[in-house]
Amino acid sequence: MSKVKKIVKNIRVDADKCNGCRGCEIACSAFHAEPKYSSVNPARSRIRVLTNRLKDIWLPVFAGEYTPTECAGRDIYTIDGKEYEECAFCRAACPSRDMFKEPDSGLPLRCDMCEGEDEPLCVKWCLTNVLVYEEREVWVEEETEEMKQEELHVGLESLADKYGRDKLMDAVARMNAKD
Amino acid sequence: MRYAEIGYYLEIDLATGNIEKVESDPELTELYLGGLGTSVKQHWDRVPPEVKPFDDENLLIFSTGLLNGTPAFSANRTVVSFVSPQSELLAYPMMGGFWSAELKHAGYDKVIFSNKSPDWVYIWINNDKVEIRDARHFKGKGSLEVQDLIREELNEPNAQVAAIGLAGENRCFTASIEQSRSSSSRLGGGAIMGDKKIKAVAVRGSKDVHLARGAEFMELMEEVKKYINFRNSNPIPGVMTILSGIGSPQEMLHTDEKWHTEGFAWGNARKRRKNFWTEEIEKAWTGTQNTAIKRFISCYNCPQQCGALIDYPGVPRYMMKCFSKLTYGMAAYVDNLEFGFKIVQRAQEYGVDAFSTPQILAFAVELKDAGILTDKDFEGCPPDEDKEGRFVWLLDRLVNREGIGDILADGTYWAAKRIGNGAEEFAHNNIKKHEQLPIKLGMLDPLYYLMYATNEKISITQIEGNWPQAPFPKREQREQFVKEWPQVPDERFKEWLLEWEPRGEKSIPHYPPPPMASEIVDWMEMIHNIDDALGLCAGMASFCLKPPYHINNLPQLVSAATGMDVDRDELKRKVNRSRNLHRAFNNCRGMTRADEKPPEDHWRHRFPELEEELLSTYYAFKGWNHDGIPTRERLHELDLDYVADELEKRGILKDVQG
Ligand code: SF4
Ligand code: SF4
Ligand code: SF4
Repeated sequence: MSKVKKIVKNIRVDADKCNGCRGCEIACSAFHAEPKYSSVNPARSRIRVLTNRLKDIWLPVFAGEYTPTECAGRDIYTIDGKEYEECAFCRAACPSRDMFKEPDSGLPLRCDMCEGEDEPLCVKWCLTNVLVYEEREVWVEEETEEMKQEELHVGLESLADKYGRDKLMDAVARMNAKD
Repeated sequence: MRYAEIGYYLEIDLATGNIEKVESDPELTELYLGGLGTSVKQHWDRVPPEVKPFDDENLLIFSTGLLNGTPAFSANRTVVSFVSPQSELLAYPMMGGFWSAELKHAGYDKVIFSNKSPDWVYIWINNDKVEIRDARHFKGKGSLEVQDLIREELNEPNAQVAAIGLAGENRCFTASIEQSRSSSSRLGGGAIMGDKKIKAVAVRGSKDVHLARGAEFMELMEEVKKYINFRNSNPIPGVMTILSGIGSPQEMLHTDEKWHTEGFAWGNARKRRKNFWTEEIEKAWTGTQNTAIKRFISCYNCPQQCGALIDYPGVPRYMMKCFSKLTYGMAAYVDNLEFGFKIVQRAQEYGVDAFSTPQILAFAVELKDAGILTDKDFEGCPPDEDKEGRFVWLLDRLVNREGIGDILADGTYWAAKRIGNGAEEFAHNNIKKHEQLPIKLGMLDPLYYLMYATNEKISITQIEGNWPQAPFPKREQREQFVKEWPQVPDERFKEWLLEWEPRGEKSIPHYPPPPMASEIVDWMEMIHNIDDALGLCAGMASFCLKPPYHINNLPQLVSAATGMDVDRDELKRKVNRSRNLHRAFNNCRGMTRADEKPPEDHWRHRFPELEEELLSTYYAFKGWNHDGIPTRERLHELDLDYVADELEKRGILKDVQG
């Protein structure tokens, strides 16, 4: 099977060094404003700094995938004696919270690594070097038709497991009818 | 569309509970910029000189600055303004932290409080939804503690809360307003807040702040960023560590306290201890500080980290900044630093100014030693040997206004008047009734003389800055310093600095001579006033040597952010206008030349004639008459004819020709 080279973009977060300034939120929101830099609004930022000052918690978190449903189970982590709030480390734009959603429309936000810039804006404007950008080359297996088929199969099977084969067939039929 | 500013004020009448969102006149921004500038105008228009600090009509304004909420680094000041219970003049202590940007994102440039609430309330500003909420259950809570309690009650972990503690509730004249790691401390804003029965103001915002020419603004900020990085890795050589960097004094980072402990006076601003900083002390104090500091923290959008989270054994966590770690210990003559870290936690929860309060306590101790206060006044106080216990006891009395504490709570000036019996002599470190830094020096310094005497701020730390505190001993050092000095308004300032010597003809008190001194002071004040209007931290502009923001880049930043075309002269004119309006406001309240006096004992060597000449030259330079009142001519130049009319009507400005 052939392998292809891919660039993985990575931001290292040294949260211990974060001083809680929220400069990253400001830069991100300004960069993604339309037109670029025409406005600022941390509520629209794709990075948020979770803050609990007296608990010594300053945790930059990036916006990841959108999820239509919140998790049924939650986790509360204690690390180094510090108890983090529920969902602290989660990147999802999720119905359980306001984070990573456009404040007016509620549409989900997602970090795009500042597509097109040589360095992500949050990294550039964090002068305390909490955020460090790196690119890494990896060799990954080229995705073949066979692999895609396999993935589809796994997905369908899990849905069938969850809802039963009949319901799944019904849903597919309805989708067909709509098309 | 309004740029940089929002264009709305939030008006809250506490007596009726009426809340209104009022559009502000864009012309006011053209005239007075924002922040302090536009707030002064509100006070001028709405608070006549007859209004006393605790009258219903005294307005309490929480203002953002023009650049808060933009990407400008360190634009995070909240300017709180009110007629001070202590000085009875218009005070404007500022706080850093996170509150002001949040208010802008909620959709307001200012919150203006009028009248008084019948019972304890807190204000909850959540974008367009504004509520006056019951705070009776928070009465007596600490000013830091209550911030988290309010966030919990609102279920809003991201709300920013400014609050008072017991001192504010009890209208102590040195009560502060505390918010995250910052506080608005001087001249009793907490007392006015308490008088209006506002326990706290919580705010949360998620709206946009717009920039007129955003891309240009970011390019300018790119330069500022480069300079910040440069300055952070290139401290200025030949000056004390504390003066070598940028940001507010890095008191949490630096452990070397030789300069403060030996240069500043101990007790009630009395004695310098010239050999205090021994190796032994240094070792002990460094250990204490390293134990206490858990993490360095910054204010909103600032790359510096002047504050720290304090986690000292046996003390609830809190946040500290600046010089407060030393003020109580030095005032109490306590030689360990633990005491500082312990008592500041208590004092901060009470919500008191860490500069003036320790002096009041030390003043009480002196009065007892002098027999003016008696054992009866100190009944229940730990014995004299227990200096720490005695200070804590006095602090508790003061914030609760119990016994002698009720008198002390008004600050040294008013307390001395009430105590009488020679107590006035002991209230020796005041200007305009407000306690000053505990500094006692040898030779009169013309620049400091003018700054101390004349500034509306009434607190030196927020007047001085861009000009070095002392001359460099060697010519080569001076040449080195002026070589890269893009901050000067004019090249001639470099020449003046080159000539300035530690000794001889061209040294203090006669150099810089009065005309030069006036210009240098005018430059420093101007930068401070620009900061106060824009909401910039003084630590990044006016209060340090070679700062990132200065008169040669601020006009471009203001222009790109707001879309107004403002050049150097115009920027200067705008702040000059608000400064003159501020002064006229204070003049109407009785302030004249006679009040413009540093403490008698500030310098050992005084020069009455020179001092008079300095003051007169400076007044003339500013366009003020012999009494320190702006002339009609100057007011006219600044489009302030209405002010001249008022001053004349009140008989304050008699000489029409100035
Ligand atoms: S800019 Fe850096 S230091 Fe500031 S909050 Fe973001 S990650 Fe923390
Ligand atoms: S990488 Fe870009 S999009 Fe992602 S959080 Fe940082 S600034 Fe925002
Ligand atoms: S320099 Fe210090 S005090 Fe000023 S804004 Fe930055 S962190 Fe706050």
